[in-house]
Amino acid sequence: MSATAYRVSMAILAVAALVAAAAFGAACGSGSDLILATTTSTYDSGLLDDLLPVFEEETGYHVKLIAVGTGRALEMGRRGDADVLLVHAPSSEQVFVDEGYGVNRQRVMFNDFVIVGPDADPVNLRGAEDATTALHAVQKSQLTFFSRGDDSGTHKRELSLWEELGADPTNESWYRETGQGMGETLQIANQLEGYALTDRGTFLALQDVLDLVVLHEGDDQLLNVYHVMQVNPDRHGGVNTEGAAAFVEFMVEESTQAVIEDFGLDEFGQPLFVPYAGGQE
Amino acid sequence: MELIWEGVREAFRILGTGDREVWEITLRSVLVSGSATLFALIIGVTIGATLAFRRFPGRNLAVTLVNTGMGFPPVVVGLVVAIMLWRSGPLGGLNLIYTPVAMVIAQTIIAAPLVTGFTVAALGSLPPGLRPQLYALGASRLQMLRLVLVEARLPLLAAVMAGFGAAVSEVGASLMVGGNLGGETRVLTTAVVLAARRGEFAPAIALSIILLVLVFLVNLVLTGVQQRERPS
Repeated sequence: MSATAYRVSMAILAVAALVAAAAFGAACGSGSDLILATTTSTYDSGLLDDLLPVFEEETGYHVKLIAVGTGRALEMGRRGDADVLLVHAPSSEQVFVDEGYGVNRQRVMFNDFVIVGPDADPVNLRGAEDATTALHAVQKSQLTFFSRGDDSGTHKRELSLWEELGADPTNESWYRETGQGMGETLQIANQLEGYALTDRGTFLALQDVLDLVVLHEGDDQLLNVYHVMQVNPDRHGGVNTEGAAAFVEFMVEESTQAVIEDFGLDEFGQPLFVPYAGGQE
Repeated sequence: MELIWEGVREAFRILGTGDREVWEITLRSVLVSGSATLFALIIGVTIGATLAFRRFPGRNLAVTLVNTGMGFPPVVVGLVVAIMLWRSGPLGGLNLIYTPVAMVIAQTIIAAPLVTGFTVAALGSLPPGLRPQLYALGASRLQMLRLVLVEARLPLLAAVMAGFGAAVSEVGASLMVGGNLGGETRVLTTAVVLAARRGEFAPAIALSIILLVLVFLVNLVLTGVQQRERPS
């Protein structure tokens, strides 16, 4: 009997060893890896699922896409943990470039932020003339507002809107930070019938499973511009400069911009992003 | 409720039609967590046997540390491994971050204390006279270790189950060190997180069901071995 047990355990060990070898073999990457740190909004909308295979096909680079908030993405760039960034917080990006961490920053596309909430709209956000007025109405009503609270581009924009309003709601009981991505935050706001600021793309992508509706949209304060930029190779060894440069170029070239223009048309009946290449602001 | 049924139907549709991506993710889960369990077994049995048979100063502290490790939060393991493996980290030059190897490392660290703890308990439950008897019969150290492990194989299988269960169902560390890259480091748990975030609940439920079935099957096989081997 002990012989059987021995054979069984040896067989298990052999299989496990093969498994381990396979895992190691699969992991041995090459120098063509390119780490792209980007926002959850571009990722969750599915846009990059369409674009990255084309880029990989064209250039032979292998993209490792890490979807984090814009703040985390910039931080990864600052430490040299990423090669190229696709983010949407222009003022933070400017600081990043000014400090010498980013180079070759190019405008890619825009969409807009919208304020969403329950369809009943008890505080009449639909009648608000701009975004700060709308947030002011939420503040006065003390109805729950859900913030990303994760230093993402959307979070940064939301904070700057509150600042413009001269308010600091972060310690208020009606103001909750989810600390999660846009998708999760919308779902929480949906379940608990609260308000939230979201990029339009993520909202449209999740619309089917949400009861929330867009209550305020379309003013200048809500423009959401995405930029792509290379992490400065002079700051860190090991950054894939050629790959990063190729990716920046890919994002602004005409054929990519055409894909961006049509993305979402079939599924949502409207495009999620507007091509906006050519320039820095 | 409707959502759950839809998810269950989707799960069976996927299982039935053999959706390639889902099977890849499932296979990757098995490979990554299986390797981690293997390494955890090697490390855990070595340390566990030492703790069970040797008497040395600080042994109680070591056992306490192992017991603490059994409840170690995976997300903390993930953070520490990620900091080490980031390009800017001390082991950044190895280029292991966002690879399956990084996930194997993190899951090994999560599973190893479990295997160690179970090993200490398993070997501690052997008849106290067994080792002196083996010595008296002239067994070498290596022979003795082998014989002792064979004697304790049933509880050791429990260690494998616990280790694999912890590794395969862990999500925080895998997300952090693996990055949830499609086709590379996406495993069942991180795929569930992504699907739920994207509002794709039916696939999320389907993947969850596959994960449950996987853990169930592994336990079924190991329990089967255990029962067959049980001395009557």
